[in-house]
Amino acid sequence: MKPAPFIYHRPKTVEDAVALLAEVAPLDGRILAGGQSLIPMMALRLAYPAHLVDINGVAGIDRIVVEDGELVIGALARHARFEKPVEPGPTGQLLAQVCHNIAHFPIRSRGTFCGSLANADPASEWCLVAATLGAKLVARSEAGTRILAPRDFFQGIMTTGLAPEEMLVEVRLPMLPSDAKFGFYEFSRRAGDFALASSLTAFRVENGVIAAPLVGVGGAEAHPRRIPEAEHALLGQQATMATFERAAQAAAIAIDPLEDAATNAGYRRDLVRTVVRRALELAISQSERPQ
Amino acid sequence: MSDKVDITLTINGAPHAISVAPRKTLVDAIRDDCGRTGTHIGCEHGVCGACTVIIDGETVRSCLMFAVQADGCEIRTVEGLATSDKLHPLQASFIKHHALQCGFCTPGFLMLAAGAIERNPDMSDDELIEVLSSNLCRCTGYENIVKAVRAAMLEMQAA
Repeated sequence: MKPAPFIYHRPKTVEDAVALLAEVAPLDGRILAGGQSLIPMMALRLAYPAHLVDINGVAGIDRIVVEDGELVIGALARHARFEKPVEPGPTGQLLAQVCHNIAHFPIRSRGTFCGSLANADPASEWCLVAATLGAKLVARSEAGTRILAPRDFFQGIMTTGLAPEEMLVEVRLPMLPSDAKFGFYEFSRRAGDFALASSLTAFRVENGVIAAPLVGVGGAEAHPRRIPEAEHALLGQQATMATFERAAQAAAIAIDPLEDAATNAGYRRDLVRTVVRRALELAISQSERPQ
Repeated sequence: MSDKVDITLTINGAPHAISVAPRKTLVDAIRDDCGRTGTHIGCEHGVCGACTVIIDGETVRSCLMFAVQADGCEIRTVEGLATSDKLHPLQASFIKHHALQCGFCTPGFLMLAAGAIERNPDMSDDELIEVLSSNLCRCTGYENIVKAVRAAMLEMQAA
């Protein structure tokens, strides 16, 4: 249970971090941010990077600010910062609700939002948020900066579109409109454990019918994503339990479920139907509560 | 490839100048290099919480940090809770409410609770249970830990 040896680097600036990464990435080097997934994997010897570029000493990359209608989340913004809304609108409230499902309090003190995305665990709550809201993922290397969409970033189980020499320097989340309704629901076997399925949904009600529906599913497939079939089932319909059930059913049929010894495909589809329906129901019931 | 690095860990106010390989976890350095064995090592991969300490005001798992990362940080461990002749309210409350049996998990629970109360001195029962669900205890069934922390929190509010 002791990590394998590695060479440790502690840059002070993003420029130095990406320069170091360019040098050590070909030698099996990688970024160390919060370390709440990487260090356990190293302890279990599932990961044994030869170099670690620790970005915890880099100044100015822990920012969480609203810029041009987007919530900008820096590479070192830790989970615990989201426990209370980071902005007064629905986006801040949504992130606060989701945050309480991420591991436990001491892990949230240390782990980072961007680190979760770069780790790309299928069950990650922040990956679900990024995929559902259409985050812009800002990758930086010595060659420059590029912005990835979720469909290009999330490529499989713990697999992203980041090149080895690229650092995820920030994420830009489009903000939900102020009248957006949202719901998040996740099922896991123990408090703080990985989700077996989760869903995030957001929509507006315009002239009595659902507009701009977003339905994301996490934990059930190789990576979280929006489910167009479920969104199609909601668009232009009244926000009733029957509509929600149809959307949930559409999601259950549309997914390509992960399977393991304890979780067969049928069970996961069933869970997806349940989490999508509950997320949609929460979107309505929460918006009826006085804020 | 793992040359030792000279660092200083400040534990409960006392500086410890040590030399560690980068791969050494903070909890190993606290115990082996600084001789502060109050912090326990359980699972070594962030699940059990026995190694919970407070670093620069943040409650963290010391098995999920490398010692080199804590160079220059203020680390608080269970040894720093009591003052010379007086137990911390949490320690006294754990005794009073029988919140430990074997005691292995206790340092982690004490630091977890101390950090959580400092962050929010007025936790609801739900918040308290959410916080305490983070650590594992195989003896008590948690009920008495919840009682002890709740009682200590109320006492600390009144003080």
